[in-house]
Amino acid sequence: MYIAKILTTLRKTILDPQGKAVENSLKSLGYDKITDTRIGKFIELKINAGSKAEAEKIAEEACKKLLANPVMEDYTFEITEGES
Amino acid sequence: MSKAKVGIVVFPGSNCDHDAYCVFKDIIGADTKFIWHKEGAVGDRNVIILPGGFSYGDYLRCGAISRFSGIMKDVVRFADKGGIVIGICNGFQILCESGLLPGALLKNENLKFVCKTVSLKVENNKSIFSYKYGIKESINLPVAHGEGNYFCNEDTLTELIGNNQILFTYNENPNGSLNNIAGIQNVKRNVMGMMPHPERASDERLGNIDGLRLLQGIAESVI
Repeated sequence: MYIAKILTTLRKTILDPQGKAVENSLKSLGYDKITDTRIGKFIELKINAGSKAEAEKIAEEACKKLLANPVMEDYTFEITEGES
Repeated sequence: MSKAKVGIVVFPGSNCDHDAYCVFKDIIGADTKFIWHKEGAVGDRNVIILPGGFSYGDYLRCGAISRFSGIMKDVVRFADKGGIVIGICNGFQILCESGLLPGALLKNENLKFVCKTVSLKVENNKSIFSYKYGIKESINLPVAHGEGNYFCNEDTLTELIGNNQILFTYNENPNGSLNNIAGIQNVKRNVMGMMPHPERASDERLGNIDGLRLLQGIAESVI
């Protein structure tokens, strides 16, 4: 059993108004060293694959087809071995 | 009598399906049926409407899950061979997710759900979706969405402009959409998506019929 932890965020070139609103709030709390805030989604998958490479392939496909929209989102993921 | 056979796809969470049904069936007088999203084929329908609403609760992204709904494979096949497909609001989001239209609809720039009547400009009246309007005519239609901020990359925008694919723009942009885009068609000119709701402005009893010419035009263009 493998676990894929997937992060999707709006592409860098797209304004993230939610992130900006949160950033302003952080600034009002005095966190003036925080220079950028972006909000995204976290998706965790359990994948019953025979190898890490296979789990990666499945996660990659799932991101491309459904979990992220390449027009507006970037995604990253990491795969770890988990208990089945 | 119109030869249009209108099919309105009903997803779990669609909520403008009955509005569209009422206009096509009772006001325009077209042969109109609902198509449940689990059906595998559009059947004898020659105009397909993807209605507004919140299909699948807008989970993941608006339209992302509906796009893989049972009926959508056949809607894509139907569109690829030239069939007329119209996506309104959530339907527009589904068309973008499915790749039938370019771009995507982001959260409104001010993060607010916008629900009001807006003024639109007809940018192109040489399409089956807009030929009953005058060029640059101003029309009023209601919008009701939280994710209507149209976005695409620069190359796509250049193509949209070059191919005259932009049909309607906002006179006052309510959501931050790129180039004030409110509605576009595909290159083949048989698929159209728009955020405003023509079906909610097609009955005199509701005080505004600016949307009727759009829907009537579609029904009459089927020959």
